[in-house]
Amino acid sequence: MIEARFQLDWPGFSLDVDERLPSQGVTALFGHSGSGKTTLLRCIAGLEHAARGALTFDGEVWQDAGTWLPTHRRPLGYVFQEASLFPHLSVLGNLRYGQRRSRAAAGNGFSLEHAIELLGIGHLLGRRPAALSGGERQRVGIARALAVNPRLLLMDEPLAALDLARKQEILPYLERLHDELAIPVLYVSHAPDEVARLADHLVVMDGGRVLASGPLGETLSRLDLPIRLGEDAGVVLDGHVAERDERWHLLRVQCCGAGLWVRDSGAPIGHAARVRILARDVSIAHAPSHDTSIQNTLPARVESLGDDAHPALALVRLRVGSSAVLARVTRRSADRLGLKPDLDVWIQIKAVALL
Amino acid sequence: MLSSTDLEALALTLRLAAVTTLILFAVGTPIAWWLARTRSRWKGPVGAVVALPLVLPPSVLGFYLLATMGPNGPVGQLTQALGIGLLPFTFWGLVVGSVLYSLPFMVQPVQNAFEAIGERPLEAAATLRASPLDRFFTVALPLALPGFVTAGILSFAHTVGEFGVVLMIGGNIPGVTRVASVQIYDYVEALEYGDAHRLAAVLLVFSFVVLLALYSWRPDRRKV
Repeated sequence: MIEARFQLDWPGFSLDVDERLPSQGVTALFGHSGSGKTTLLRCIAGLEHAARGALTFDGEVWQDAGTWLPTHRRPLGYVFQEASLFPHLSVLGNLRYGQRRSRAAAGNGFSLEHAIELLGIGHLLGRRPAALSGGERQRVGIARALAVNPRLLLMDEPLAALDLARKQEILPYLERLHDELAIPVLYVSHAPDEVARLADHLVVMDGGRVLASGPLGETLSRLDLPIRLGEDAGVVLDGHVAERDERWHLLRVQCCGAGLWVRDSGAPIGHAARVRILARDVSIAHAPSHDTSIQNTLPARVESLGDDAHPALALVRLRVGSSAVLARVTRRSADRLGLKPDLDVWIQIKAVALL
Repeated sequence: MLSSTDLEALALTLRLAAVTTLILFAVGTPIAWWLARTRSRWKGPVGAVVALPLVLPPSVLGFYLLATMGPNGPVGQLTQALGIGLLPFTFWGLVVGSVLYSLPFMVQPVQNAFEAIGERPLEAAATLRASPLDRFFTVALPLALPGFVTAGILSFAHTVGEFGVVLMIGGNIPGVTRVASVQIYDYVEALEYGDAHRLAAVLLVFSFVVLLALYSWRPDRRKV
């Protein structure tokens, strides 16, 4: 458990946060630029000396009224937005810089070799940072942070400075980290697609305050706080690959107590899978319909109805098994169907994206 | 060619410049580091004091040094009490004057180099477990190296070219305080233009070569 309470007053910006964050999995700090997410991360790293507050990590006090553990004594790894490699050292020199200075403390158990292998930078070790591409630099920056064997990994928009192609190059490495890393990760981002793919826990920030905090699926499906996943509101569900239909090139992903058919990505049976369902792709009916092209039809229960961006539309939060799903319908349809809390309905999901 | 007195004066000049530059590295680096990173309200006043020798007539600086290091000055009383004696008209008196006189030539390039590094590499080093002193020696110094090279060359060359301060506090003692610039002055006063030409040419060529090296040298501008 990470307990963070910070107050900071700058001209034109203030941070006021009191949060408990899980010390496992990936927690995304999500918000627009200027929302204070990076400042919060810097406070946790001990890089903002002006911050008043308290910080404990798994019961260890890093900061309170009488304590200030300097950054270099905190067992963390930090990935900056620009890789911030040392230009006077080779890639290997950069990796060793932190590794040499960190005692073999109980951390992720990462060896330097493992970090090099995980980020696929073995062929770059002799090069100077100036001779690397932006994507390569960021991979070295991530490996450098892992090589100190941290107990907490802080990542400040590691993909924001990269173009789309470089982003696609790095995302698979971050997903591997997500799968293999035993330590908690705080991941600052303003990009919904990164959050959808990587986060387990979501903290939404605005104006230096936390608007919402909770497990990803729950936070995304809150009607009072529609978070746009790229082009639209929607939810992300975690499950695993349960069945493969070779003939039709489809996979059945088991999640929230139901099966969803998605396009076959080649993932093996039993592999963890994450799917995204946008509100606009979900329609609601009183009875299951079989004479339709839609593959995924599930029983659901209406939880609540909320406003959407346009007065003609409503967002409906539905419970499917253990998870929540959002649907966007017109106000007229909602009225005609008599949608109200605790009504049992069927939802038809037009598109499920495997992330 | 050059007489033995000329060679003696040149050797003294080079020794003075070398000692001065070494001391300036030690004295100027902390000042430059502080000026580059402080948010103190003393930054302006300290920066101005460091830059004073750039605009002050050397005779003014020399006069004040003479007054403070002389028998009745505070520094003079201190050095006497410590058993060092008086500094004016000694080699070490010249060193003190040269260090003050060349201080801005050391501090300003190094300060600019430290400022150009910015906070980020030092923050990165902190997250990689480096203590403040460790960060200074393993990140700040190597990244500021081009600034140090420039500062060293400028300080050395500026000390070689010094005249007014030397004349005020060093006088003209052969082998002790008679540097090359003073020697040339002596030749001219004695109307020995041929000797003055030779020594002046040596200094001219030296200064040109130093500046040529400085302006042609392109430090490897590596990006992060």
